[in-house]
Amino acid sequence: MRTIGFLIQKEFIQIFRNKTMLPLIFALPIVQLVILVNAATLEMKKIDMTVVDKDMTSTSRQMIQKFDGSPFYQVDKANFSVKKAEADLKDNSSDIVVNIPQGFEKNLLGEKEADVQFLINAINGTAAGLINAYTTSIISDFNDKILVDQLGKEFELPVEINSRYFFNSQLDYNIYMLPGILVILVTIIGMFLTALNIVREKELGTIEQLNVTPIQKYQFIIRKMIPFMIIALFELAFGLVIGHLFFNLPMEGSYAVLFLFTLIYLLVALGFGLFLSAISNSQQQVMFVMFFFMLTFILMSGIFTPTESMPDWAQTINVINPFMYFMKVIRMIILKGSGLADIQHEIFSMLIYAVIILSLAIWRYRKVA
Amino acid sequence: MKAAEIHNIHKSYDEVKALGGISMQVEKGEIFGLIGPDGAGKTSLIRILTTLLYPDQGQASIFGMDTIRDFKGIRKIAGYMPGRFSLYQDLSVEENLNFYASIFGTTVSENYHLIKDIYQQIEPFKKRLAGRLSGGMKQKLALSCALIHKPDILFLDEPTTGVDAVSRKEFWEILKNLEEVGITIIVSTPYMDEAELCDRVALMQEGQLLDVDTPANIIGKYDHELYAVESRELHQLIKDLRSFDKTVSAFPFGDTVHLATQEKLRRKELQKFLEEKGHEGIAVQSIEPGIEDCFMNLMRKQNDE
Repeated sequence: MRTIGFLIQKEFIQIFRNKTMLPLIFALPIVQLVILVNAATLEMKKIDMTVVDKDMTSTSRQMIQKFDGSPFYQVDKANFSVKKAEADLKDNSSDIVVNIPQGFEKNLLGEKEADVQFLINAINGTAAGLINAYTTSIISDFNDKILVDQLGKEFELPVEINSRYFFNSQLDYNIYMLPGILVILVTIIGMFLTALNIVREKELGTIEQLNVTPIQKYQFIIRKMIPFMIIALFELAFGLVIGHLFFNLPMEGSYAVLFLFTLIYLLVALGFGLFLSAISNSQQQVMFVMFFFMLTFILMSGIFTPTESMPDWAQTINVINPFMYFMKVIRMIILKGSGLADIQHEIFSMLIYAVIILSLAIWRYRKVA
Repeated sequence: MKAAEIHNIHKSYDEVKALGGISMQVEKGEIFGLIGPDGAGKTSLIRILTTLLYPDQGQASIFGMDTIRDFKGIRKIAGYMPGRFSLYQDLSVEENLNFYASIFGTTVSENYHLIKDIYQQIEPFKKRLAGRLSGGMKQKLALSCALIHKPDILFLDEPTTGVDAVSRKEFWEILKNLEEVGITIIVSTPYMDEAELCDRVALMQEGQLLDVDTPANIIGKYDHELYAVESRELHQLIKDLRSFDKTVSAFPFGDTVHLATQEKLRRKELQKFLEEKGHEGIAVQSIEPGIEDCFMNLMRKQNDE
């Protein structure tokens, strides 16, 4: 144990003496959280709308006002030709064109039926879907209002839909993204630093001298893991503080559960880094291999898109994606307040994973060529 | 028990043969030199003996412990100084030493007497990072770290390569002192002049052993007459000497050419031969062979076979 103590002390001295590593540890969470949480958003906050109002009646104006009153739309372009309005779509100055044909009011009041056309820019399918949903909901709101206006106050709608959102009542995108970014942050710091560290000792030749000492393989592995584990846990705490201070991140669950799970998760993440560095011979090699895994894992982790909607084969492959487990659990704990019992399956999976990956790492790390 | 017993060791890297059946024994308490040019297989042999490399064939043991089966035992009693400086450059002199002491489960003060002479010279710089030390100081620090656990046997892989002449001389004095404490030392070097400072040497060439003996015996076995020949045109001199009918070999050696012949020469005869070839400032002197002459001779004989 005394030996391990010295080994860890040495790692810390080296980390704190490294002029790029230390600032990175502090700068990374701030930059990632502040920039990514605000930038990587799926909310449509500013939908540019071009209006083609050929009806020019109070009803058509009422409808346009509905859009104008919504915080999501910016109705600042008007045109009388659909052709010209389409040009706005083409040069990206507009996201949606609303085309109100002549006789809209007359049809609506007389025949109780009228058509409106919407043209949506669907380069980004997700955004187009969202615009469509927002627009439909505004139109249906407008419909209800007309019905009430015409039929009088005693009229009641047959079914009224009242939605309430659980766990994120304001549908605040930030507090959904932030835990996800924390996962990436903690993993990058832990996995990268561990992987690069051992390869660096190989490159510098210091491992050669260390190999001719009675130090045991497990001591070596533990010594490489503990310092980076402490740093990664610190990163999580630091990230949570930033989240609370600047993003009103709630904490429904318990910190103890969150840190316990993170600890188990880090065994896997760092084990992964150790394994990659055990099979690589240069920092360059390890960077490329790491990059490959990181990118795939992050995209499949469920940070942007729900993992449940991935095809079956992808979901099957995803069991080896450590990000996926943590991504799920951190949101469950922070937003939903899940306890140990709710995440026992994930804890169990991570423990098995940790045993496998660490065994592989220790097996692949050889003191003899 | 022998300090090291090496039996028929073979090692190849892909197509390249590094060691082709080496056998030798190292006595306890001696300074044993592995002498040979780059690519002779010295580093491979040391790495096999320090349990860092598996031989393809053959066995080796250190104080009776097999390098493959009993590697743990060897790692406890061996000190190793690799050819490339491999201490932590971002740790200070003191931190490096404390670190290596602690992983061997000892302390610096416990074995301070062993490294005192060496460490005292770098102690004024103990707060300095190892990466900022000069070549000679790095080497002393590396030796201190290799000695801090009081090893029974010390492996030094080209410790004096790239070190200035004064530091080299100091270094060999240190090794002599360590020998007196009873530490067996296996040291490799490409410098032939250092061979004479060893108790016994193994001359190596392209993975083969040329000879293993004391430096004096190796020199004693030299079976030619040797002359140092000088003239103004060194390059032409070698060419001409090689065409001389009594010549066995002629190699440049500093400003002179070492000429080996089968039988004693009459100096006049050689002088005349060279004058006819148009040489000026000719000087011929009969000399005693050094290790390098013996090495060249053995190498030539092996190539002839």
